[in-house]
Amino acid sequence: MNLHEYQARAILAQHGIPVPPGEVARTADEARAIAARFARPVVVKAQVHAGGRGKAGGVKLASDPAAAAAAAAQILGMTIKGLTVHQVLIAPSVAIARESYLGIIVDRASQRPVVMVSAAGGIDIEEVAAQTPQQIQRLAVDPRYGLLPHQALGLALRLYRDLPTARAAADIMRRLYDTCYAVGASLVEINPLATTADGALVALDAKLVIDDNELERHPEIAALRDPSAEAPAEVAARQAGLTFIQLDGSVGCCVNGAGLAMATMDLVKYYGGAPANFLDIGGSSNPQKVVDALRIITADPDVRAILFNIFGGITRGDDVANGIVEATRQFRVAVPLVIRLTGTNEALAVQILTKAGFVALTDMDEAVRQAVARAGGTGAAA
Amino acid sequence: MSILVDQRTRLLVQGITGRDGSFHTRQMIAYGTKVVAGVTPGKGGQLFDGVVPVFDTVADAVQETQANTAVIYVPAAFAASAIFEAADAGIGLVVCITEGIPVLDMTRVLPYLHERGARLIGPNCPGLISPPQTKVGIIPGVICRPGRIGVVSRSGTLTYEIVHQLSTQGYGQSTCIGIGGDPLIGTTFLHCLAAFQADPETDAVVMIGEIGGTDEQQAAEFVTQAVKKPVVGFIAGQTAPPGRRMGHAGAIISGSSGTAAEKMAAFARAGIGVMKRPADVVPLLKERL
Repeated sequence: MNLHEYQARAILAQHGIPVPPGEVARTADEARAIAARFARPVVVKAQVHAGGRGKAGGVKLASDPAAAAAAAAQILGMTIKGLTVHQVLIAPSVAIARESYLGIIVDRASQRPVVMVSAAGGIDIEEVAAQTPQQIQRLAVDPRYGLLPHQALGLALRLYRDLPTARAAADIMRRLYDTCYAVGASLVEINPLATTADGALVALDAKLVIDDNELERHPEIAALRDPSAEAPAEVAARQAGLTFIQLDGSVGCCVNGAGLAMATMDLVKYYGGAPANFLDIGGSSNPQKVVDALRIITADPDVRAILFNIFGGITRGDDVANGIVEATRQFRVAVPLVIRLTGTNEALAVQILTKAGFVALTDMDEAVRQAVARAGGTGAAA
Repeated sequence: MSILVDQRTRLLVQGITGRDGSFHTRQMIAYGTKVVAGVTPGKGGQLFDGVVPVFDTVADAVQETQANTAVIYVPAAFAASAIFEAADAGIGLVVCITEGIPVLDMTRVLPYLHERGARLIGPNCPGLISPPQTKVGIIPGVICRPGRIGVVSRSGTLTYEIVHQLSTQGYGQSTCIGIGGDPLIGTTFLHCLAAFQADPETDAVVMIGEIGGTDEQQAAEFVTQAVKKPVVGFIAGQTAPPGRRMGHAGAIISGSSGTAAEKMAAFARAGIGVMKRPADVVPLLKERL
């Protein structure tokens, strides 16, 4: 789960990391009032789950409250990478002497949390990593002992030559590491960690991604989720216990299991079509999940055929068949359904589907070919 | 023959009285697996289905039954603790089916296992099966046939699809292993490839990978150096958009890294037969055997 910058800043501040003041506005008038309270030039920043906000025009400087209102009016409602901006952060503008980068991720290769620092702050760290990796210092931390003081100070001295600043940076790093475990973050970044004109370090921008698997034991973090910042179909799918990702093709896909769901999308493309979505109904078999899945897929106006690909293991074919029949009773499915179903309770499933007037296929390639053809593609291998 | 599990496997089921644990314990017993013990705290002293003794702790179960392998079906909130407990009791092979363990929990679990010399399969995996008699986990026995192909995969149902292709076209399996779809897992492709290479009754290996991470690239490197047997591979997620988690917690393209194209290219460079779709598995194996 992604958090907004203002939420991430609040969490870092709770863990003792210096964060400059800032408040959230949802209207231009609120922005004006906040800027007036600060009584200094402010920066107005779009709160949206996308990188590159600055380049997209989602970050503006404003010298007075009227300018802050005007900037907020421009940014609110703006679309950045397909996401609409509903909130802006108003923060006093800070004179920056220099910028660094601090980040912690869980590294898959070393299977440890890795602290990354760079003197090239304020920029896209992925770009630096790709183009000039030598500008990034990395340290894999032994999670049994945490980030040790000498390790943090060693990294900090790579960024700052004067000892008081390096000690302050090391303290921020250790707090950032502890925050990671305290809130269940899979990624945390301070970018930039700014040195102000008077020499103090502050976390000017923060990014925090929470591991979805942590949300159950961190209800206070789960409550920060902003459904308006996500695609409505994906919110509906999550509430129904489905994993759904919207794509831009015309073949709706309903599959059990994430690997098979990806392979099904890939096969749609192989036969000249384009998948409209990724959808995993999961391992449990519950007809209601199939009903919910069909409701979400049919709501996409670009879908011209719907493909079921079910390989029954734990998932029982008859449950899926009953879900399909029940869904078509509850609402009209205007596009053709192509159903491939094999495995557990296959015979019973075929019986249920045939009785309801559906054709059930058992071969994956055949089903995908038919679905692509019925969605208007050729169904011929690329 | 087979790798990791066979007739010497003495299995202990953690979470044996739960909904999933009880269902799959019956399936494993029916398949022929020696299930020697179950563990559910507070239910020690009971007999599961009148046959399998249930203990309060893994340590008690190991002492009484000499269990050497554990399979975990407990809910995600308790699963990391269950892995610690199994390793602590001296279990050598721990198979964790549970999905949804926080990745930061795994950063602590993995070094603990390593220190005790225990091997973990998973988490978030379907387990293993060595047809025709031993299965640990949830892979449906009916789709497998005994034979000489080793299968190793990050996925569940996609593995069933490919195993089904193998079985129906006359290629049985020595062992099928699901290593799990999480970013941090106990056993990677590399270990399984080495074990299949060393197994005299495995003739060829099928690897089923997906987007995210660099395990497949490392495995391809290892194939070049140390695997003499034919290998064919598939990568799921050729059409996945970057930056989105495709169901599995580990299936995500970060920036431009971990794409299917990059992994398929690594396979091709290593001489691995690259499947464009699941149905390519048998033709590619035929060319190489």
